[in-house]
Amino acid sequence: MIKVLKAGFYSTIQDFGRYGYQEFGVPFSGVMDRKAAAFANSLVGNYEDEAVLEMTMLGASLQFSVNTHIAFSGAQMDAKLNDVEITNNGSIAIKPGDILNFGKLKWGFRCYLAVLGGFKTETVMKSKSMCSNITKASRLLKNDELAINASSLENQNRYSRIRYDESYINSSNLEVYVGPEFENLTDAQQKKLLSIRFTISNNNSRMGYQLNENFQNNLEAIITGPVIPGTVQLTPSGKLIVLMRECQTTGGYPRVLQLSETAINSLSQKYTGQAISFKLSK
Amino acid sequence: MAFKLCYKSLGLHAVLVEWPAEIREDVLQDVLILKTKIENYHVKEIIQVNSSYNSLLVFYENIGISLEERIAIIDKIYSSKNNAIYVASQLWKIPVCYDEAFGLDLDAVSIEKKVSKNDIIKQHCGVIYTVYFIGFLPGFLYLGGLDKLLQMPRKSTPRLQVAKGAVAIGGNQTGVYPNESPGGWNIIGNSPLNFFDVSKEKPCFAKAGDRVQFYSVSLKTYNNIKTLVEAGVYELESEEVND
Repeated sequence: MIKVLKAGFYSTIQDFGRYGYQEFGVPFSGVMDRKAAAFANSLVGNYEDEAVLEMTMLGASLQFSVNTHIAFSGAQMDAKLNDVEITNNGSIAIKPGDILNFGKLKWGFRCYLAVLGGFKTETVMKSKSMCSNITKASRLLKNDELAINASSLENQNRYSRIRYDESYINSSNLEVYVGPEFENLTDAQQKKLLSIRFTISNNNSRMGYQLNENFQNNLEAIITGPVIPGTVQLTPSGKLIVLMRECQTTGGYPRVLQLSETAINSLSQKYTGQAISFKLSK
Repeated sequence: MAFKLCYKSLGLHAVLVEWPAEIREDVLQDVLILKTKIENYHVKEIIQVNSSYNSLLVFYENIGISLEERIAIIDKIYSSKNNAIYVASQLWKIPVCYDEAFGLDLDAVSIEKKVSKNDIIKQHCGVIYTVYFIGFLPGFLYLGGLDKLLQMPRKSTPRLQVAKGAVAIGGNQTGVYPNESPGGWNIIGNSPLNFFDVSKEKPCFAKAGDRVQFYSVSLKTYNNIKTLVEAGVYELESEEVND
């Protein structure tokens, strides 16, 4: 078991999300940054889509009551094991009584903690991803106890030769494809959308990131249609909204761009005030 | 019926198939027939097909295939003979309590539309609505068919909390909030039913293509139904639609 001493700013259990339930209006959910989560899992020998703890901005404080192995990747959160500094991207042995503490953010925005065997929390619609109205718990709370699956270390080196390039975390260029309504923009608007620098507003969450800059446009609303994580919507008032992993399944704003998977991972590591620009995929 | 379909990529893993941009029953039927046909062909690469008013979103497991190849396969299925196994549409009878305790905006709608509250209820219950698709929130039915008399713009400031079961009007649409959530629609009543139940294999009783009709119940009946729903023993009324 793992006891939550402090939950941090916003911590949830996430795997790679729910598939096959979107016709009921169920969001995909899942880890915001798949690359970091997959790497943390691979370091302890889990499948890359195993459930992990996603911590946002300010990390959690956890006490273990079992022998296990952990790894964490993504944001740098000043991690300490029993008050001794430890680093991202390595497999670390844990003994009963150990206290793992994540502190202030150094860079990135979301940190992923994997435990050997994976978390054994509530599964709803084939996924452990916490999501309000779907799972009973929608986030971690102080004094929660998290069970973990029994496992051995035999697979630990299965992925040990994977190269992990962290440069995407600080990259401000987001790779995009044109969206279904991109063609409705004028040539000048298309060029502008793909060249100017945008900044992230304080309205950012697992559902979506709204951008600060006003993007003047005269696009008409569309008949409500499907959207997916990474879809960039443009509102009549000129706000750009980048939908993220927990977005709704349908929307009525024109869909001007679609982020690549890497770009979604990259944006997940960004926070209020940081700059981004969209680069069309070749 | 053959429409001119339009195909666009939405990222590397999905293709958007679009019908003419209109909310129409014949478009809906054509969208749903193609959805079923694609599902029945069990194309190896296709993992999920979702429908909305005038579009399908087809999800692919891998990214190796070009848009052209994907289009060719869907187009072939579209022009193929209908292999759809007939699934009858259901008409669901939905109890709604329009009591003032729930209908927070009944007065506002009544004043704005110059219609008495009784006539609002009569109109809202007098129409059979079509379920176009489920979206926005888990279990939120997009219903078509709201009478012009009741169409009213969304509130300028959304409520931070709309109650579970709230029956509301937003523009030319009407719907039921399946769970508590923020929302900007005008609330005229509340339904005691569960529109989304995670514990069920099929979490929503209704599906795209089904019909819905509301009927007015007293506060007492509402509470009785709610008790039965919560105990898991309420039997929702429905009948097959033959059209």
